[in-house]
Amino acid sequence: MTDAIRAEGLVKHFKGSTALAGVDLVAREGAVLGVLGPNGSGKTTTVRILATLLRPDGGRAEVGGFDVVRRPHEVRRLIGLTGQYAAVDADLSGTQNLTLIARLLGYSRGDARARAAELLERFGLTDAAERAAKTYSGGMRRRLDLAASLVGRPSLLYLDEPTTGLDPHSRNELWDVVRELVGDGVTVLLTTQYLEEADQLADDIIVLDHGKVISRGTPDELKERAGAQVLQVRPADPARLDRAAAVVEAVTRSEVRSADGGASASVTDPAVMPEVVRRLDEEGIAVAELTLRRPSLDEVFLAITGRPADDAPADGTEAAPERTHA
Amino acid sequence: MTTAVTGAHQAQGGPRLAARITPLATVQHGALLTWRSLVKIKRNPEEVLGLTFMPLMFVALFVFVFGQAMMGDWRAYRDFIIPGITAQSVIFATIGTGVALNSDIEKGIFDRFRSLPIARSAPLIGAILGDLTRYLLTVVMVLLVAVLIGYRPDGGPLGVVAAAAVVMVFAFALCWLSAFMGLLLRTPMAVNIFGSIWMFPLTFASSTFVAPENMPGWMSTFAGINPVTHVTDAMRGLMEGGPVAEPLLWTAVWTVGLTAVFFPLATRAYRRRS
Repeated sequence: MTDAIRAEGLVKHFKGSTALAGVDLVAREGAVLGVLGPNGSGKTTTVRILATLLRPDGGRAEVGGFDVVRRPHEVRRLIGLTGQYAAVDADLSGTQNLTLIARLLGYSRGDARARAAELLERFGLTDAAERAAKTYSGGMRRRLDLAASLVGRPSLLYLDEPTTGLDPHSRNELWDVVRELVGDGVTVLLTTQYLEEADQLADDIIVLDHGKVISRGTPDELKERAGAQVLQVRPADPARLDRAAAVVEAVTRSEVRSADGGASASVTDPAVMPEVVRRLDEEGIAVAELTLRRPSLDEVFLAITGRPADDAPADGTEAAPERTHA
Repeated sequence: MTTAVTGAHQAQGGPRLAARITPLATVQHGALLTWRSLVKIKRNPEEVLGLTFMPLMFVALFVFVFGQAMMGDWRAYRDFIIPGITAQSVIFATIGTGVALNSDIEKGIFDRFRSLPIARSAPLIGAILGDLTRYLLTVVMVLLVAVLIGYRPDGGPLGVVAAAAVVMVFAFALCWLSAFMGLLLRTPMAVNIFGSIWMFPLTFASSTFVAPENMPGWMSTFAGINPVTHVTDAMRGLMEGGPVAEPLLWTAVWTVGLTAVFFPLATRAYRRRS
């Protein structure tokens, strides 16, 4: 099918430093494009350009076939935007927040109220509808924010770190909503710092680092590159770490990292786990911790770039909009 | 069932989104966002309290602390400073415009508005029109306090309304400067501090509290140029009697000048602010 978003060579400088150094991306219609990267990698800048909030210094982008610089009004008619912090008016009630947006989008007074009630119900906020949003919990605010971006039934939804700072329950709820929207044919652009989130939701992923795309593909392709899982062993006796690391290396045949008293290596075949247990037992190494887990973003970065994700922004400009997660 | 709630508008037939923004739509969007500003005033009684407490304190302190010493009669001093204090209170209230704008931007609320297919200027119009209501509230509050301590303007109700109109128009010009700072500076706190710094010399080195003739030469010169002097003199003329035409002319010059400089600067900063 057609591409909902197509960006070529996006460049953005902030006060002489480079936030985006030529980003190409394509979001297929009805699919979820995950933009994965650490703080300061250019995720938010990319979203802001595609949402017509920021003009690129170079390159071009089309959303729904409309150029974001020359036809911003048409682009705005297609998109819904949910930032990483809840951009609802804390002084207004849930109903007021949503009716305001509905009225701005051209709904009549009655229709606006009905649309607000419908969305509040959908997001479990009916009981809090008349309360000022400042009395809401973090999760409730995020839901109201998402509801606000859906008032106009956008065909494209931008979610900028939608689950940063949310508890696991709220996060799962939000994931369900995203899946539902995709089921309805909405195209989603999702930025995240969490590999798991991209893995759960995205059909395609691009990995950003210092304003450049350093990797792209499906979640499976990405994991192949990074190793599907990480096996970590921490011996009870720290003195035996070297032996344990040797065992892990022998079984997994991949590079072993030793840190904080533990040895870890990426594995593609989970069947190595029993083998590791057997060999550790043979060596008589008592184990304090033995886990098989998904690689962290840091480990993906290590696999792709050969160095850990650099959390310090290259220029500092994105340190403010992109909050670090707890 | 949930599909109907969240579905894309192609499938569901959402609102009728205008292909382009007509002037009428701009007015409607501006009006809706003004409504938002008014709701915020209503929802923040503490802010209204702050807005009204400051003028109340200023009136009481200046009249009763300095009145006797300045003019030998606190009543005479009261009549002298009420027009100026009204102007001062409104001028201070304009700082709030920049602070509120800045905080909307910081919280991402403006991003939401700007990502909607609405008139680009609507959020700015809404913020400013909403603030004019706050200014009017301030004027009313100062005058109420004045009346409570026995102030009876010679100009009568008509003179008072005319004076209020003068200061409101001037405040409308000044709020673009505040909006410009709100869009330029990084935090609401910075806007507040920066705004207050130049508000003090501007409002005190004027004809509000003493006649500029009693100031040293250089200060007197500054006070003579200071727009607050002209606004105060015009209001004083309208409320208490005295020359009106000349101060009114200078007030108009300043109002047009400030608007001509800061309206384009503010709207440009608004378009650029990312």
